[in-house]
Amino acid sequence: MNAAQQREDARSAETRRELLLFRLGQEEYGIDILSVQEIRRYEAVTRLVNTPEHIKGVINMRGTIVPIVDLRIKFNLPVVTYDEFTVVVILNVAKRVVGVVVDAVSDVVTITEDDLKPAPEFGAQVDDDYLDGLATVDDRMIIVLDIESLITTPELGLIDEASAQ
Amino acid sequence: MSIDLSQFVQAFLDESFEGLDLMESELLDDEILDTSRNGERINTIFRAAHSIKGSAGTFGFGFVGEFTHGVETLLDQVRSGRRALTEEARALLLEAVDRIREMLIAARDGSPLDRDAVEQTRSAIGALLETEEGAATAAGDGTEKRAKASAPARWNIRFLPHRSLFATGNDPLRIFGYLRDLGTLELSCDDAALPALAELDPESCYLRWTLELTGPAAEAQVREAFEWVEDQCDLEVSRIDASAQRAADASPGAAAATDASGAPAATDADEPASADAAQAGRAGADRRRTADRRNDSGSIRVAVEKIDHLVNLVGELVISQAMLETIARADVDEFDAVHLERLRQGLAQLERNTRELQEAVLGVRMIPISFVFSRLPRVVRDLAARLGKEVDLVLEGEETELDKGVIEKLVDPLTHMVRNAIDHGIEKPDARERAGKPRAGTLKLRAAHQGGNIVIEISDDGAGLNRERILAKAAERGLPVPENPSDRDVWQLICKPGFSTAEQITDVSGRGVGMDVVRQNIESLNGRLEIDSTQGQGTRMTIRLPLTLAILDGMSVRVGDEIFIVPLTAILESLQPKPEQLYTISGRGRVLNLRGDYVPLLSLRDVFHLPSNREQAEDGIVVVVESAEDRAALFVDELIAQHQVVIKSLETNYRRVPGISGATILGDGRVALILDVDMLTQMH
Repeated sequence: MNAAQQREDARSAETRRELLLFRLGQEEYGIDILSVQEIRRYEAVTRLVNTPEHIKGVINMRGTIVPIVDLRIKFNLPVVTYDEFTVVVILNVAKRVVGVVVDAVSDVVTITEDDLKPAPEFGAQVDDDYLDGLATVDDRMIIVLDIESLITTPELGLIDEASAQ
Repeated sequence: MSIDLSQFVQAFLDESFEGLDLMESELLDDEILDTSRNGERINTIFRAAHSIKGSAGTFGFGFVGEFTHGVETLLDQVRSGRRALTEEARALLLEAVDRIREMLIAARDGSPLDRDAVEQTRSAIGALLETEEGAATAAGDGTEKRAKASAPARWNIRFLPHRSLFATGNDPLRIFGYLRDLGTLELSCDDAALPALAELDPESCYLRWTLELTGPAAEAQVREAFEWVEDQCDLEVSRIDASAQRAADASPGAAAATDASGAPAATDADEPASADAAQAGRAGADRRRTADRRNDSGSIRVAVEKIDHLVNLVGELVISQAMLETIARADVDEFDAVHLERLRQGLAQLERNTRELQEAVLGVRMIPISFVFSRLPRVVRDLAARLGKEVDLVLEGEETELDKGVIEKLVDPLTHMVRNAIDHGIEKPDARERAGKPRAGTLKLRAAHQGGNIVIEISDDGAGLNRERILAKAAERGLPVPENPSDRDVWQLICKPGFSTAEQITDVSGRGVGMDVVRQNIESLNGRLEIDSTQGQGTRMTIRLPLTLAILDGMSVRVGDEIFIVPLTAILESLQPKPEQLYTISGRGRVLNLRGDYVPLLSLRDVFHLPSNREQAEDGIVVVVESAEDRAALFVDELIAQHQVVIKSLETNYRRVPGISGATILGDGRVALILDVDMLTQMH
């Protein structure tokens, strides 16, 4: 391997991102696969008190208490069902373990930064702060989320306002 | 070569703090003032001071070592009988212990240090040392073996270190630095043994030194400089008299300045060491930096027998496992009633092993409460002296063991309560005499196991709480007071935020942190504070704490499909209410008539917004719970069982939830929430 090629590889490794794709309703989202700890079936949760609707409750994941967020409710999707395809993506971001409920996990793809296009204004539905941009994979549009800022936003109610600073 | 000393800094700090505690407790014993009997105690204190001084220099806390040096000199004089330990000297030594502790804490946390106080104590010690040694000396032992410190002398020192000197972490530069403090130091270095660079082993010491020290130092002091390297060098110390001096002057040996001593490897090791130490100190700095609290010591000392016990239990566990494996290896068709019986036995054994192991592992975290108690005599002594009161402190049950985490969080509340008892509780000697009580008040601290709890009692035979004054104060502060309050209701008022009955604000109590903080601290440990008081006879405060932070005795209750855990310490009783016991107060919800007392009824279903299918209170069960503030009747569907649960934090991955203190995992793997009874009783 010559030096030029090595440099080339290094550069593309820098800009290349592996995404886990999942579906929320009709939309397809991608998150950085490095933030994903594991994928589980949706199971009964223990409800918490006085929490926003999108926080389903907590589960016991091998002795750790993990809060579960339903992104479909958070993103105001019209139909929220829990069936055998409903999965929980366990994330490990900002030193916390959090589960998010999604309709289905579809794929793992690799994109480069060049594939990522800035998203147009969405309005209030999805705050632009959580979006890294849009990417096209096999002619499908993928909404790439900045999962860390989504999880740590006080608006989601996962983290105490005080400790969110 | 640079040895990373930072890894030992924590150990140094731990040991130094231990040494300081030891010095303090020995100094507080009155026997120390008795010249005929204090020998062993003085030696203990001296040894502690000596090792703090010695290692402080090594770890880059030179200023601590320097300060301790004065203390050590004083102790040495006492030890050798040249000076009697007076009450004044004892107070000074106690003060010095405080200063050293402050310096170490400041160095560890990177927190600011009151340098004036340090300087004051240092000069006080210096002044004491300057007073004529003999003046205060007990008679006898006049034969002074050592050279009088004030007579200037010249010492010729030949320091021939072995090659292995650096390997033991010693640095000649430090020794020379110490000597330089003793007087004028002239030094010449002999590098004859130094090999060619290619053959040089940088970790070996090839150099030899000849030193000449002029100053008021005794031979013992000179030799002391080399105390740490005694085994690694050949040392000759000789006094130069006038004639020899002339010969020395004539000798062509080139004298070099101290800092020219060639020991590059050593200088190298010095710098990073102090930098690392400072860094370690900063890293250890806690955000909630409270002045004198050693709460971030991340290590724990465990008795060897406890560890041996653990090893034994693990051995038994392995045996049980092997036994079960043998049974499991049987063929399916061979598996009969006999096998089943053996399997059951094996499982029972496994269960026993697991339980014992659990207890033993938790036991590792247990340390005796004397950890807290031992610092109280000092508090009592200082405070009583300051306030002109006489107090006898009685400690009981010091060997009672508690979780390390609990103990550390108990230090402040207990200290505060002891201060309160002396400041507000125990009267001045004259007032006590008038009241027909002995002049000295008694303050008693007692710790004991009671069921699954630890009970700590702080009782005094002082004036007791003044009901009228508390009520008046509460009214003045606008605190809510129940109608016709019982004594217990009144006593609880002093735990309300913003309450302080001290007639004058002293620097002892009344600094804004009051009993409300004490109560909060105790409740954050899942404990409870009870107050009993009889006017004129004294006050008793009782703290009830769970044995460990990690395990809680709880009652599991069902509400709808959810299971909740109610801490057992909070439960007064459970009952099935009769319809005639329930009343509605319009707009205020329902109350339960409990033998004449009306207790607010809380439906957990409503509180937690659970789907409801049955709302008749008489069909369910009420659990009457009590917090420090209030009582409440929790309406639940069913009581399930009483068991120990392991507390898991919700905050690790989520945040605090009102009404919930934590979570636990049930036998079937489900998560159950643990109720925060204090919050619930305030919710209605």
